[in-house]
Amino acid sequence: MPNKITFCLTAIFTLSAAVAAMRLRNPVHCALSAALAFAGLAVAFLGLDAEFIGFAQILVYVGAISILTIFTVLLTRGSEVEQRAAIFSRSWITGIAITIGVTGAILLPVFSSSLSFKTAPVAASAPVQSIGNELMTRYLLPLEVMGLLLTAALVGAVVIAMSDAPDKKRLVVPASVGRASVTGFSSEVLPAKAGTTNQRELTTV
Amino acid sequence: MKEVACKSTWPHGRHALDSLMTMLDQIFVTIKQWLLTFIPENLHPIGSALLSIVAIISVFGTAFALTTILERKGLGRIQNRYGPNRVGPCGFLQPIADAVKMLTKEDIVPYAADKVLHYLAPIVLTVPIWLAFAVLPFGRNMSAIDLDAGIVFFFAAGSASELAVFMAGWSSHNKYSLIGAMRGIAQMISYEVPLVLSTIPVLMLSGTLNLNEIVNAQSGFAFGVGKWNVLTPWGAAGFLLFMIAATAESNRAPFDLPEGESEIIAGYLTEYSGFKYALFFLGEYLGLFAVTGLAVTLFLGGWNAPLAFLSVLPSWFWFFAKFGALIAVFIWARGTVPRLRFDQLLNFAWKFLVPLAVVNLVVAGIWHFASVSWPAPSLSRPLEYLETVAPRWLACAGLFFAAYEILGRVLSLKRAPRTYRYAE
Amino acid sequence: MTPLSYYLGLSGLLFAVGFAGAVTRRNAVIVLLGIEFMLNAANMNFIAFWRYGVSGTAPTGIMVVIFSIAIAAAEAAVGLALIIAVYRHRQTTQLEQIDSLKG
Repeated sequence: MPNKITFCLTAIFTLSAAVAAMRLRNPVHCALSAALAFAGLAVAFLGLDAEFIGFAQILVYVGAISILTIFTVLLTRGSEVEQRAAIFSRSWITGIAITIGVTGAILLPVFSSSLSFKTAPVAASAPVQSIGNELMTRYLLPLEVMGLLLTAALVGAVVIAMSDAPDKKRLVVPASVGRASVTGFSSEVLPAKAGTTNQRELTTV
Repeated sequence: MKEVACKSTWPHGRHALDSLMTMLDQIFVTIKQWLLTFIPENLHPIGSALLSIVAIISVFGTAFALTTILERKGLGRIQNRYGPNRVGPCGFLQPIADAVKMLTKEDIVPYAADKVLHYLAPIVLTVPIWLAFAVLPFGRNMSAIDLDAGIVFFFAAGSASELAVFMAGWSSHNKYSLIGAMRGIAQMISYEVPLVLSTIPVLMLSGTLNLNEIVNAQSGFAFGVGKWNVLTPWGAAGFLLFMIAATAESNRAPFDLPEGESEIIAGYLTEYSGFKYALFFLGEYLGLFAVTGLAVTLFLGGWNAPLAFLSVLPSWFWFFAKFGALIAVFIWARGTVPRLRFDQLLNFAWKFLVPLAVVNLVVAGIWHFASVSWPAPSLSRPLEYLETVAPRWLACAGLFFAAYEILGRVLSLKRAPRTYRYAE
Repeated sequence: MTPLSYYLGLSGLLFAVGFAGAVTRRNAVIVLLGIEFMLNAANMNFIAFWRYGVSGTAPTGIMVVIFSIAIAAAEAAVGLALIIAVYRHRQTTQLEQIDSLKG
């Protein structure tokens, strides 16, 4: 990044969003702060002149993974908050201890090498042409494998998350309304079963 | 930013008229550089960015106001009535009345709503969309930023604003808002796939992700008609797919079920009033403008004139003329086509548009390799040119049309005939 | 210019935060978010090392990060589908209650 101040601001923003994502009680708030943290990281990537990666990070992480996470939180009734006593409870201290431990374990070896104290970045440029070129020549096999992996993940995710019930189009009509008052639908009209929750109806919407 | 020279196409080289037209074409660039001389040297990057921002906000803010009134009058005429016609001459000061109303309305926040998210949602919607305007080339040398990966930036900015729909729906603590929000997000992420896939042939055949370069690749004239991407089979198909996906991305009719007034009250916008609602409204229209601008850039030749002798008119005039024409098409579609049901909407995206977009990719590949293996001779020999180009056209257009027909027939096989039950 | 060690510090801290969250939280979705943070921290490392020319000027760092982002997306999709499927059977996402293979 051009100067240390912009980097420090970005880093503080990203880290606080990440900590908030891991500590907030409401899972929806967690997912949204995680989206903020991903965006902060994208800004850091842009500061490192990795344009394509920065935009791809926003497109994939903020635009897709965050939305997937939020959908999952909604579909699994995650709005029920976890029961926790106070902010400075034992799990908070556990979290801080783990963070310090892991940071120490990672950064001690990193900072003991002289390689990590470079200050002058080379004039690295990654025009999209060169990325495309590399993808099609040197990284062709990983590209094809990635295509296969993404297809498998797509199909697999759909199959796993598909509901086991047979796929009838259901219209939820309260039993009191009766069947005769609904016309013009080619799908079956079933009165609402007593045991189904609202949540399940949401998934067929 | 690479400066593009203004090619003179005036046949007899009248230099005075040429220089006048060039000056008119670059008038905004000149004004901006003149304004920059008042700012000290080291603040030039920030000053340049600020001037571009002011220009974009003023132009597209005015466009928003004009579009609201034109849409209401246009829809009114389609529905055999006058639109608003009281407030100014023929009702054209209606946006000002609307603005006054929105600003003075009471801002009601539900008691159980999540206050922070409820407040932030309109902002999260609008800000990334303003960002997306920065890469669009509005005229020759007239894009705010010249990015190497311009299109990826555009789509990233567009997808960042989808979280706002969820934030609005969830924070309102209202089941209709939540259902509307979930439908809205499902629709937006489903239609992102054909949107991006339909632009890939353009990127493939222009060889670059830079929007200025894509517009430059569409300059030049063949038989007096511009070499726009929409005049090729893959371009026409891509343009149609892009327009349909863009309509769905901006939640416009016929894809506006998440905010359809008769179905779900106002969907995720139910609990918003006053200025926040105005911001949502603004954000939606701005999203529409952004994808329209991208459609003009990618498929309709950007700021290039359609016919050779018309390139005396300034480049920014042509951009906004095409832009206005596409907005008129959107308004027309809103007034004419009925709304799609939600499962029909998602089926349409995943089972129809995505396979067609993939077939379009194949068609574009065939076109490219056919044009490389059998290059078209120069345009001075029209008959030979047609002989070389026509088989290409027939093959590519035929392939796409065959895919469209087959897909349409296969998908409509599964629909059972309608059964009607009547009240006794 | 900021030295390389600042970026490595950021990625180390981010990894640690993600790890702490993944280990201590009980909601399965938040654990997945922690895993995503760890992946992002590794990506940050790759880009920082690429930019500071630790291994020449080839865009190797960028290519690895492209594949890493794609893999992370695929893994998140499948992981979230699994969480939804488990929720359908156990009616809970609290990891303490999904601890038996029976059912």
